[in-house]
Amino acid sequence: MEILVCARRVPDTSENDIQLNSAGNDIERDDLVYSINESDNYAVEEALQIAAKFGGSVTVATVGGEDDEEILRREMAMGANHGVLISDDAFAGSDGRGIATVLAAFVRKGRYDLILTGVQADDGAAQVGGMLAAMLDYPFASLVNSIEILDGNKLKVGREIAGGNREISEIDLPCVLSIQTGINEPRYVGMRGIRQVASIPIPTPSAAELGIDPATVGEMAARVKRIDYFVPALGKGAEMLSGSREENIDKVVNLIAAKGGLK
Amino acid sequence: MARIFAYILHKAGVADDSAAELISAARAIDPSAPLTAIVTGFGADLDVVCSGLRASYAEIWKISNEVLAYPNAELIRQALVKILPAGCVVLAAHEHFGIDLAPGLSIKTNASFVSDVIAIEGIEDSHLKLVRQEFGGQVSAHVRCDIASGVVITIRPGAFKQVENAAVNGIVVDKSSEIGALTARRRYLETIVAEAGDVDITKHNVLVSVGRGIQEKDNIGIAKELAEALGAAVSCSRPVVDAKWLEKSRQVGSSGKTVKPKVYLACGISGSFQHLAGLKGNPFIIAINKNPKAPIFQVADVGIVDDILEFLPELTTKVQEARGVSVK
Repeated sequence: MEILVCARRVPDTSENDIQLNSAGNDIERDDLVYSINESDNYAVEEALQIAAKFGGSVTVATVGGEDDEEILRREMAMGANHGVLISDDAFAGSDGRGIATVLAAFVRKGRYDLILTGVQADDGAAQVGGMLAAMLDYPFASLVNSIEILDGNKLKVGREIAGGNREISEIDLPCVLSIQTGINEPRYVGMRGIRQVASIPIPTPSAAELGIDPATVGEMAARVKRIDYFVPALGKGAEMLSGSREENIDKVVNLIAAKGGLK
Repeated sequence: MARIFAYILHKAGVADDSAAELISAARAIDPSAPLTAIVTGFGADLDVVCSGLRASYAEIWKISNEVLAYPNAELIRQALVKILPAGCVVLAAHEHFGIDLAPGLSIKTNASFVSDVIAIEGIEDSHLKLVRQEFGGQVSAHVRCDIASGVVITIRPGAFKQVENAAVNGIVVDKSSEIGALTARRRYLETIVAEAGDVDITKHNVLVSVGRGIQEKDNIGIAKELAEALGAAVSCSRPVVDAKWLEKSRQVGSSGKTVKPKVYLACGISGSFQHLAGLKGNPFIIAINKNPKAPIFQVADVGIVDDILEFLPELTTKVQEARGVSVK
């Protein structure tokens, strides 16, 4: 089984407080810790487990620039056979449709039985997988939290639906699946592993090499554009307790008791 | 103005709450645009849903087909592509079905796509201005979308309030004959219902709920001790289940359990909307989080910026003391 995983490098929200820059048109990116998008990492682990059981290879591709190479190295250290950095100035400013257009062109140059993405990027819209499938005219399933290989032509997949229930379907190959977090336990990657793959060449196909019309991607083609960021005010906001820890704890105990929680 | 269509989710003859919310979203786009509900399905349930919608939608397109008895996004997309007029606006709820359907529908109808929209500011020169959230709700973004060739929008459930609309006596239009043959390469087999866990978190008045801030499996014990002292149960947010630190049956949220406690202690939980969607009945929320910008502080009643790994054990001691006194 030849498996492609489409991945992205994103600011790691578990490591960072996301703040606005002074102009309000972007988040403050100077001191952010970046990592592979969480659900994309689960997708790579799932691909590796399938390849280990049924043979084949795993390719991890991302659309981006030099900085994005680090996530490819990381996933190669996990065991991915190939990393591909699809890179061209023409791709800058692409919306989801633009990124899906680039990935579709890349898929058409190769031969993949199964294409995985993460469900959603932290700064994304849960859109690229479904768009890519539609462009390739492959079947698609989102929110996948189990995959079972039935034979060389089809899979049995579980989707996460409301209330912790799971919807089970059969899906023909080739197909695109968006992978939900929790589907597996991604293996640990140490610095040593990353050093071991440091010298493996990573191809960087361009728009021209993939036969992509630059007018269909990038900022000019983007129909959806972010104008600015702002900090939302959803509710009235909590009453923040600013006493010492001991004072705060006393207050919390009293509150729990007052609300009927100490009965 | 382009026509607006709302895809209606329904179950057992009853339209989902989002059917009313999509009307509010449509009004926010353009109050004068004609709005049509689209309902797919099969059998008596479908007719019941359609007639129920006549009170709130002026027009309802009914698509009846045996293969649509279960909502399969691949088949429904094929049907919609056949009947939707070019350049229209399509609204759907941002939940597991909408996530499956909408991105591909936008490609097949050559429409723009915006997902998980929480507010709509209106149209300026064939562009729609909308609001989405990023980074787990830590920041919001204004998004400008070109709708010249149509747009597919998924709406966050609960973000648009249902409003009282003047009763309309809508008409049901049967579009079933226009969809042609449908072929599925993804075939629904069955639904597996979530397993009941050792503890039923939906039955507790007090929940000590832990999130990513608990950091590792060994620290779950800190929450369990507090819960024991309070006579409460331990629940959690998604990352804790993903990491296999607690079982799925303890997860609060749209993909987990819906709970109605009196008091909810959100410990190291950032407060994503998927998590908050599982909290009903207006509980008193006490949030403890190291990150003062955590979205949970916007919805909590009381907030404390502190490290739960230090705060919770001290709280446990205090609770034990308080209970010890009250018992005597």
